Amino acid sequence: MRSEKFTILNETGLHARPASVFVNTAAKFKSDLKLQKGEKQANAKSILAVLALGITKGTEITITAQGPDEEEAVSKLAELINAGFNE
Amino acid sequence: MIYNGISGSEGIAAGRIHLYKNQQIAVDEGEITYKSAETELDKLEDGISKSRSQLEELKKKVSSELDESKAMIFDAHMMMLEDPEFIEAIRESIKLDKLNAAYAVKRASDYYVSVFEQIEDAYMKERAADIKDVSSRLIKNITGASADGLKNIDSPVIIVAHDLTPSDTASLNRSLVLGFATDIGGGTSHTAIMAKSMGIPAVLGLGDISEKVNHGDYIIIDGTQGKVIVNPEAELVREYELKIKEYKNQREKFEQSAYLPAKTLDGRILEVSGNIGTPGDIDDVKAWGGDGVGLFRTEFLYMNRDSLPTEEEQFEEYRKAAVLLEGKPVIIRTLDIGGDKKLPYLQLPEEMNPFMGWRAIRICLERKDIFKTQLRAILRASAYGNVLIMFPMISGVGEVREAKAVLEEAKSELSMEKIAFNKAVKVGIMVEIPSAAMTADTIAKEVDFFSIGTNDLCQYSLAVDRMNPKVAKLYQPLHPGILRLIKNVIDASHRHGIFTGMCGGMAGSSEAAIILLGLGLDEFSMSAASIPVVKSILRNVSYEKAQEVACRALELDTPEEVLEYSKSTLRQLNIDFI
Repeated sequence: MRSEKFTILNETGLHARPASVFVNTAAKFKSDLKLQKGEKQANAKSILAVLALGITKGTEITITAQGPDEEEAVSKLAELINAGFNE
Repeated sequence: MIYNGISGSEGIAAGRIHLYKNQQIAVDEGEITYKSAETELDKLEDGISKSRSQLEELKKKVSSELDESKAMIFDAHMMMLEDPEFIEAIRESIKLDKLNAAYAVKRASDYYVSVFEQIEDAYMKERAADIKDVSSRLIKNITGASADGLKNIDSPVIIVAHDLTPSDTASLNRSLVLGFATDIGGGTSHTAIMAKSMGIPAVLGLGDISEKVNHGDYIIIDGTQGKVIVNPEAELVREYELKIKEYKNQREKFEQSAYLPAKTLDGRILEVSGNIGTPGDIDDVKAWGGDGVGLFRTEFLYMNRDSLPTEEEQFEEYRKAAVLLEGKPVIIRTLDIGGDKKLPYLQLPEEMNPFMGWRAIRICLERKDIFKTQLRAILRASAYGNVLIMFPMISGVGEVREAKAVLEEAKSELSMEKIAFNKAVKVGIMVEIPSAAMTADTIAKEVDFFSIGTNDLCQYSLAVDRMNPKVAKLYQPLHPGILRLIKNVIDASHRHGIFTGMCGGMAGSSEAAIILLGLGLDEFSMSAASIPVVKSILRNVSYEKAQEVACRALELDTPEEVLEYSKSTLRQLNIDFI
């Protein structure tokens, strides 16, 4: 299992295009991917669940991956978040 | 039975009702047996794969008939259809709660819709509507109810519905639809835009008409007056059939003369142009004989996407418009967002009173980065044709000076970068706030032209929300108060040697044309389909006579008197009008 904390930096947050990009990227991996905001947890491969978390700019989130490609999955998603989804 | 609503698209049509009940799908809530769970799971899989291929087909159809950006909505639908949490919740309801597949979909959909609707955010509310749309498609595919109720139309009909979604209208056979009548919606709703682009009448905001009428009833819809008549007396039907025939004949006549210049009997030449949302609309403007584009609404470039359009993307669109018009003028209005038009990625705050809030030039002067990107794109396009720039929502001369300062910055940047643009590009403003109309003489010193935006000018001057059916009848562009404001603007512009156009709904109205001509209006810009009628009126009256009419109209007491006087003038002059 691999788990890492992030702060969302881009203006839109995990919303609109960044949310679709995030989910579409997560869906490419075999591992289970979870997204946690405070007490709430969501399947990172579900657009509805991710949107429902309402993650705005400045929110702290934790990504947890478990499975054969967990390392790669977390680092790929980290790349997106740290690049601010190229906004 | 007569119902009054809001005009969504002009014209008259009559025919049988095709009653379309899309939102209220009855789902059987009965439990299933343990054994039949497998069958229900199969039905679900089958429903998903049918829905997927329908969405793919719709996406193709819409991108070829309309454009790419309007097709993007179906990508979002497809993503929801494949959402693992959504589908898993449905499967579990079938297996554990023993729900039938259709009811299980409804429960999962209701859950997400309620979660999304609780979040105060325009983007999330739109997504809630998407969940409803895609779930109802899935349910119909599971129950075997016709998923595309509008696809199966095989004779000419008028569609009556509570509301119409992009899924609904994308699938219909355009040649068999005579008009739309819906319970909700206003002039900027999806249904209105669709009807206008199809050139058919639509009456919206009719309350609960979809509950009151029956499939197959006879209906007359008058999109010009915003009313519909259901099951009229035989006599009324004959009357309207004549009207429709006359309407068609007149249209044909007007269309034949639309290519001639708008020259009055005594030789005054006017410009009659079209309003567009994308360069693709220019075909219509040309086909109806337009002399140019009096309003290019650039909002559409910013809508239905997830991030701001780049300078390059915008430049491509503006250049396309300039080139397509082959030297005829195109007035490009800078971003008019806010009010009822939101951009999900800009996160504009919810406002109590959005029409008086943070919108248009007010946003641009604060977000100069967005503004300058657009101005650079427009300036670059000015090297390819006859481009004019127009600022919306100006309330006084201070904003004009500030906006022009940003324009100057954009110009000097381009000069430094050695990028071509028209250094003498004309700059004007929309006159749509009463204070700008009152101080037109001051503003005239700073600009090259005015364009009167009557929709907002009337809304602000008369304090009437046009989308509110309760007060919509108070929305009267021929109100003497509005006529006086218009006169003030035109007179001020002519004193300073600049021209005044008009790009609001009033410019395309046959009842207003002679009065506006008489007040001295130089350019009339309207939805393309209205061009032939207005041109024909202007060609059949003298400027001198129109001045007399305008003088007299200004002295009348009420909007009703002005309207009556205007109609009787048209009759007296033997001018055909619609």
